[in-house]
Amino acid sequence: MPKSGSTPRITRRTALAGLSASAALLAMPRIGRAADETIRIGFPTPLTGPFAAEARDQVKCAELAVKLVNDKGGIGGRKVELLVRDDKLNAGEAATRTLELIEKDKVHAVVGALSSAVQLAVNEVTRARGVIYVSISQSDTINEAKDFSKYTFHEALNPHMTTAAVARQTLKKGMKVAHLAADYAYGHEMLRGFKRAQAAIGADNVGEILHPFGAADYSTFMPRLMSMRPDVLCISNFGRDQANAIKQAVDFGVKQQMKIVVPVILHNQRLAVGPDVFEGVVGGANYYWGLEAQSKSAAAFNAAFKAANGGAIPTDYGAYGYSGVGSLLAAMQTAGGTDTDKVVDALEKLQYDLTKGPQHYRKCDHQSVQSVLVLESKKKSAMAGDNDLFAILANDAGSDDMLRSCSELGHAT
Amino acid sequence: MDLSLIIMQLLSGIALGAVLVITALGLTIVFGMLGVVNFAHGALFMIGAYAGLYLASLTGSFWWGLLLAPILIGAFGMLIEFVLIRRLYGRSIDDPLLLTFGLSYVLVEGVRIVFGSDGIPFPTPPQLIGVLDLGIGFFPRYRLFVIALVAVVLLALWLALEKTRIGLIVRAGARDPTIMQVLGVDIGRVWLAIFGLGVGLAALGGVLAGPMRSVNPEMGSLVLAEAFVVTVIGGLGSIVGAVVAGLMVGISISMVALFAPEMATIVMFALMAVVLLIRPQGLFGVRGRTA
Repeated sequence: MPKSGSTPRITRRTALAGLSASAALLAMPRIGRAADETIRIGFPTPLTGPFAAEARDQVKCAELAVKLVNDKGGIGGRKVELLVRDDKLNAGEAATRTLELIEKDKVHAVVGALSSAVQLAVNEVTRARGVIYVSISQSDTINEAKDFSKYTFHEALNPHMTTAAVARQTLKKGMKVAHLAADYAYGHEMLRGFKRAQAAIGADNVGEILHPFGAADYSTFMPRLMSMRPDVLCISNFGRDQANAIKQAVDFGVKQQMKIVVPVILHNQRLAVGPDVFEGVVGGANYYWGLEAQSKSAAAFNAAFKAANGGAIPTDYGAYGYSGVGSLLAAMQTAGGTDTDKVVDALEKLQYDLTKGPQHYRKCDHQSVQSVLVLESKKKSAMAGDNDLFAILANDAGSDDMLRSCSELGHAT
Repeated sequence: MDLSLIIMQLLSGIALGAVLVITALGLTIVFGMLGVVNFAHGALFMIGAYAGLYLASLTGSFWWGLLLAPILIGAFGMLIEFVLIRRLYGRSIDDPLLLTFGLSYVLVEGVRIVFGSDGIPFPTPPQLIGVLDLGIGFFPRYRLFVIALVAVVLLALWLALEKTRIGLIVRAGARDPTIMQVLGVDIGRVWLAIFGLGVGLAALGGVLAGPMRSVNPEMGSLVLAEAFVVTVIGGLGSIVGAVVAGLMVGISISMVALFAPEMATIVMFALMAVVLLIRPQGLFGVRGRTA
């Protein structure tokens, strides 16, 4: 456990005083060489903790996006550098690291964060300092007017989009639905999304249980969930919580009684507990490598990733790292550099297609309009190989209709 | 509230408590007999799960993993005692605490290097897959097996401590090691065996927990916290205390989950706070004991 010595508590006042002093010292010699200066992108992500597997894939793919740009000569002749920092899945840690990235490392923009609570902390820091932040964590709140700024972009899917797509594939009018959700921002947002979608479809809510974030044991929730006798159980949690919750639900014979549905089905967690446990579980996704059969962009992304990572395939959260950094770099390319206002303008006008088809940032809330996949975990005997995890049930093309309207989010229209 | 639901809930609480008892037992035995607070206990739990998984896949049978992993990791624990911890006896209690704290980092990072930081599936043994119909509801066969196995281990441990000559030496050694040495007992060997037993129990807990959770390098950190809470509630060094407190914590978590699920994790810490206020030495602890 780091003591205050290794991670100094920086109050805003001391940080500003100390850092602006050192910035003043460094400012002079910098002016003359601005043109050939490298472009630095800060990348906070939880390399330690329960989301470490997803975070590591994000880093690999972000590095790939940077490498591809550098291989083609960089942006306006300037090389791009990725500065990866471990946010330890902690909002305070993320804010400190982001502040350091901005004030000390002088990054030109920040991309990253995986947890919905942590991204809001990063966003607080970046928007207060007028630095562009492309979030690749799932969240509804970051789109809402109170957390939004002109520097805030959201490349990831949001809970509203995934839950609606999953509900459309799995729920029918009159079905009974029960919920098990993690008791923090992500779980709450997913639960809200599912309830909104099930109400629209006409399915009935028979109960909901909030579980502590990061719990290892879910057995104590199972008898009550079974006694609710639902047709569908929606498990809204992330990372190892998803693996453990589904595994223990299956141990209790839940699948014999009801279908298990998750807002986002995780590639790494499916690997962590095996095909038998996940068999038949349905969930949303931003990306799945198997999309290459129907998308040229996916095939190209897979090929580039394989070449850079010894034949491995990219995962869902990895793809966010690639498209988050990739879309930012494409906008910088258009803007001809790192001038913040020009890059913001370029991002707002950007049409990009990096992993799965056309995407663009909606003007009012900077949410990336994109396709949503609905996947079903395959039975072991139906798998063609070790990587053949999911069947694609639906690939809903991106449209503004998937999103909550600008006025609902509190933006002026 | 339905009575059968409450009984089912009680049963999940006992199953949860069973794993807590096994892990807390190793911690409390080592503290009670050696005065060592073993901060690597959680990491050794995790190592046990990995060893069980590895041995199970090597031999093709979960049962070999369950039998051999605690023995192997217990022997590893004896090596730790012999090479590292033995040098710190007689010094302040903080020294072995810091040593084992550092050791836990080494073990976790070591596993990350060898097995990677992703979770690995630990399949439930085929004989225990599925649920048993108890008439009032379904309960996983594997969890029933865990309850039974823990009961057997506890019984064996009690018999060994209370009814055998070795048990007599161990109990006497915990009370007054100096007299034991005067009487010609090599107390060093007793401590070596006790530390090995404590680590073996941690490893057994790890193997048992494996099929219920995904196996990953960080799985021990939460377990360590839980084991400490149980040990403190039961009384540091008390075996009966660990058993009673482990079941009490398991059942409390389960019952709270029924009425206020989001409080399920907090309840054990609340329970610990209450016990510390009313009985600072723990339920079965001895007042003023500092080992």
